[in-house]
Amino acid sequence: MSFIQINNLTKKHTNRRGSKRSPADVAAPGEMITVLDDINLEFEEGEMVCILGPSGCGKSTLLRIIAGFDTDYDGEIVIEGEKVESASSEHIFVFQQNGLLPWMSVWDNVELGLRNVEDVEKKNEQIQEYIDLVELNGFEYNLPAELSGGMQRRAELARALAVKPDILYLDEPFTGLDYFTHLKIREEVVNIHEYIGKTMIMVTHFIEDALVMADRIVILSEMPTSVKMTRTLDFPRPRNINTNKEMGDLRDEIFLMLGVSYVA
Amino acid sequence: MDRVNFKKSDGSTGFEFKAMILSRSFWLPIFSAFLAILIWEIIALYSNMGEHVFPGPVAVLSAFDELFSNGALIKHSVASLYRVTVGFYLAALLGIPLGIILGLNRTLSEMVDPIVQFLRPISPLAWIPLAMLWLGIGDKPAIFLIFLSSFFSLIMATTVAVKSINPIYFQVAANFNFSRLELLTKVIVPAITPDVITALRLTVAVAWLVVVAAEMIAVQSGLGYLILDSRNALRMDFVMVGMIVIGWIGLSLDLIMQKFSRLKWTAYS
Repeated sequence: MSFIQINNLTKKHTNRRGSKRSPADVAAPGEMITVLDDINLEFEEGEMVCILGPSGCGKSTLLRIIAGFDTDYDGEIVIEGEKVESASSEHIFVFQQNGLLPWMSVWDNVELGLRNVEDVEKKNEQIQEYIDLVELNGFEYNLPAELSGGMQRRAELARALAVKPDILYLDEPFTGLDYFTHLKIREEVVNIHEYIGKTMIMVTHFIEDALVMADRIVILSEMPTSVKMTRTLDFPRPRNINTNKEMGDLRDEIFLMLGVSYVA
Repeated sequence: MDRVNFKKSDGSTGFEFKAMILSRSFWLPIFSAFLAILIWEIIALYSNMGEHVFPGPVAVLSAFDELFSNGALIKHSVASLYRVTVGFYLAALLGIPLGIILGLNRTLSEMVDPIVQFLRPISPLAWIPLAMLWLGIGDKPAIFLIFLSSFFSLIMATTVAVKSINPIYFQVAANFNFSRLELLTKVIVPAITPDVITALRLTVAVAWLVVVAAEMIAVQSGLGYLILDSRNALRMDFVMVGMIVIGWIGLSLDLIMQKFSRLKWTAYS
């Protein structure tokens, strides 16, 4: 049995829009829309999985369901043999944006996952360790709003990692970052994965990120979303999409699959 | 160890006395106030209405001195402030928690919201007959009217503030296994504080408007009573003193609330 199992996951919700969203959108206002249509997936422990798909396809919805934030669906999510019924502090979610509590300093945010540690000295040591890990020393007592987007993302990573979670969920963690910061944070996530070896599931619409980072990629279709393809990647690391011909070909193949025929 | 430091990076607290004395924004209001008083004096002198009907600033100043030195002004101001404080605190103490509950419970808010919406636009002054009948004469009906003036607005503002909390923060709370108490103290209260303080600032102004009106009817003290009593004695200079003090206190209340809104728990917004 696999570490994470997604069995026959189907998610529907009522169309709350006042008018039709697009000509392809078959549901009228008030009708049920199928967001996720019979998804079956299995992930192994320690795997870095990237879930790719066109925007609005329900990637984030899928991740939220796996994380236990949303329990209104058919089918089941089983992690380590147990059915997921609510969010757990052993599986930490890194949000696309605004995941830090804005009224708490970086220090207090990182402390959230460690607040039940009795030994204060040990706790403070751990908090400092993870703040140092993401190179935010000197910004411990700053509020999130005083940090740049990249620093906020790093602070959230520190908060997530400090818990020593079994699984890390990353919901488009590079959204809203400039390209350079994007690459820096990507590198950091890859390093953290190599270093800690935790299971990570990341949702993204950047195909190249998925190819560089993932042990396995899952490609989703447009709504109603189903799994179009899964592929295990065993390219040697560090990966470079520009020099590895095989990776380049795979990228073009995925682009084609998602409906982009010409890639510069 | 002091982890929270909201001073600016240059070490100043943002308040420089010397710069203030020299600044335009300090002198212009003082200048315009003098101008207004001057115009008031000129109109009073040439209006042919006589000192008893339209007293000028000099007459009002001497009336102020009279009321201040015989203690009446302090007594009435304290009486008014006492009623506003009690009524306003009661409204905040009941209204804010109730607003939080309504903001979290959709069924309850769908039930109670229409009632709040219906009662809110009824002027507290319309309650005067009932308030006097139910609570008699004295502080009680006045405090009740102040309470009404703030209560419904505070419920509504708090409910809206809770409902507009970014759902991500609740997911973070779920992810880190927050207890109900932690959810309240670490997420809900800090998230709504800026909005609630703004609401308090608006409602204290309304409460202050209402106290004066309430005192003209139900009680024998307070600035409202001072004005009414002075009108009966045909002392328009006392009436004007009452009005001016009401203005001052209203302004001070607003300044105090502004200070509140700059406290550290709102520094993030």
